[in-house]
Amino acid sequence: MSPEPPAEEMRKVFSRPASLNEEKFTYCPGCHHGIINRLIGEAIDELELKEETVGTAPVGCSVFLYRWFDIDVVQPAHGRVSAVATGIKRANPELTVFAYQGDGDFTSIGTGNSVHAANRGENITVFFVNNTLYGMTGGEMAPTTLLGQKTSTTPEGRNSKDFGYPLKMSEMLATLEGPTYITRQAVYDVPHIKKAKEAIKKGFRYQLQGKGYSLIELLSACPTNWGLDPVQANRHVKEKVEQVFPLGDIVDRSEER
Amino acid sequence: MPEGRVEVDSERCKGCGLCIEACPQEVLGFAGKFNSDGYEYVEMNDAPACIGCGFCGISCPDVALTVYKKYRTD
Amino acid sequence: MSSDKLLMRGNEAIAEAALRAGCRNYFAYPITPQAELLEWMAEKMPQKEGGTFLQAESEIGAINMVFGASAAGERAMTSSSSPGISLKQEGISYLAGADLPAVIVNIMRGGPGLGNIRPSQGDYFQATRGGGHGDYRTIVLAPSTVPEAAQLTFEAFDLADKYRLPVVLLADGMIGQMMEPVSLPTPLEEKDLPEKPWAVSGAAGRSPNTVNSLALGAAELGQANERREKRYEEIKKKETREEIVGSDRPDLLLVSYGTMGRIAKSVRRLAAERGIDLALFRPITLWPFPQNRLRQLSKEVNTVLTVEMSSGQLIEDVRLSLGNEVETPFYGKSGGAVPGPGEILKEVEKYVP
Repeated sequence: MSPEPPAEEMRKVFSRPASLNEEKFTYCPGCHHGIINRLIGEAIDELELKEETVGTAPVGCSVFLYRWFDIDVVQPAHGRVSAVATGIKRANPELTVFAYQGDGDFTSIGTGNSVHAANRGENITVFFVNNTLYGMTGGEMAPTTLLGQKTSTTPEGRNSKDFGYPLKMSEMLATLEGPTYITRQAVYDVPHIKKAKEAIKKGFRYQLQGKGYSLIELLSACPTNWGLDPVQANRHVKEKVEQVFPLGDIVDRSEER
Repeated sequence: MPEGRVEVDSERCKGCGLCIEACPQEVLGFAGKFNSDGYEYVEMNDAPACIGCGFCGISCPDVALTVYKKYRTD
Repeated sequence: MSSDKLLMRGNEAIAEAALRAGCRNYFAYPITPQAELLEWMAEKMPQKEGGTFLQAESEIGAINMVFGASAAGERAMTSSSSPGISLKQEGISYLAGADLPAVIVNIMRGGPGLGNIRPSQGDYFQATRGGGHGDYRTIVLAPSTVPEAAQLTFEAFDLADKYRLPVVLLADGMIGQMMEPVSLPTPLEEKDLPEKPWAVSGAAGRSPNTVNSLALGAAELGQANERREKRYEEIKKKETREEIVGSDRPDLLLVSYGTMGRIAKSVRRLAAERGIDLALFRPITLWPFPQNRLRQLSKEVNTVLTVEMSSGQLIEDVRLSLGNEVETPFYGKSGGAVPGPGEILKEVEKYVP
């Protein structure tokens, strides 16, 4: 009599999070916005926040995220996400509010609003997606553009004399007492994606615990405007961008808040 | 029963190739076929090699992949 | 009407009226001559009960915080003066484009540019022509006294909620700073406030809401604008307001609003002593402009004299309403001068034989 084969079944171990609906993303192939949107969706699911979360969509490539997030979303003017998120959270502190912004929104036109929301320690979770340029409008220089980087408005490569230096917003905001948690992560391979997800969840958890302002900066690839294929673009983040914008927790004052 | 399986939503896939890069088992490859948006999507080339680790799904920017893994139920 | 009667500055009365209208979210930046509005709110906003007073980093920050609070379904207000209102124009366009209610108070001062801190009526164009981009309108309410400022502020929130648009309360530094006895409205309770099923309140038990002014397709944006146009037509039919003082067949019809409207009443009295019969048409809604009433009245006069504290802005709406049917001269001072009754009467006498 031969032994019975072990009982087995195929289980789903990875699929679309419930806080994302069926809409296809409008991002370019290989764009990290897609990974980051999904991680936020997974975090919302795992923390069971779907019915109390209000997100914001910036002006930029991710302007349409209200189409695929199955939650309430507000779409503010360019740069103003931090101020609008402040307004939403102050009006209704029971909501979990996330601010989602790109380079221009967070570090250029929105600098004033970004700095002050951090300085006030607003109890919100801010996602800053840094791909070193302005994607949607055609690849122009951003405050985060690397020295020597060619963009559509720095065809010779960014030089510091005319155009200044890459702006390290996370380090800058870390000098303020207001913020509770500031971290920089990346999503260019599986280990980093997993770390980024943990940082995102931490940012939400701190808001739920009323601990104040969390900023999760996420280095991203822009294959289209970098002129690289998605795999090369991921390598570029690891080999070039990360050298200027180092990864890791910059500040975590959660114990004191 | 295989150790793992990947389902590709060919209409969501944009052929970015990040899943192919991420897969430790070289399971995935370009299908040689195009979806209605004109992207060449991926498919499982070497299905028996799949171990259901989910790295492909984790790397996919378009939530185009669903991953299954074999579990013992006893 | 409550029995409270207090001697209050215009800025304070506006702030108190907003609180009584159930406004629990106030965001603003200091600027003369409306600093007292912030000070009143900083002290009186019931912050322990969840009300928000926040001095924003800039007027731009403030209008966008209003956007957020309004999107969340709460009554929200900001206040500023001319140069600060210029900064808010983008935000006002966005509020209009997202069909969000909001109250924006402008205590006008001398302009353009930094100008000065004296009262002025130089923002009529900005307020009524929509200083921001795109096809939109905001209701513009123009009080001429401190009690009227309180009353119109209180009603502004109802109008904003009813028609889902920004409402501008257009006053000037004179009204903002002067003190008068005010009967304040009875405070509304939360249960009196209207429901807002469209707000972002957390999608529990319903499909998600989006607050958005983006519509990529021509048809889509066209339809959104047409829906707004229909609401604007309704507002024009139902919400036009004016005050008319005087006889049906005066020697001359004065048109003025705000502080000038108040002074025009003194001009009437002074003129009567000289045997001149003046009537006054004082628009209270600058948008929608009460052009039908003005046309009716003007049928019985030879001259309609518009007097403003500006280089001539209201006069354009008067001329648009009346065309060539009647003489429409203009008298104004810009730069912060407030024309007195004697000065205006001299001007009137040029047209009255």
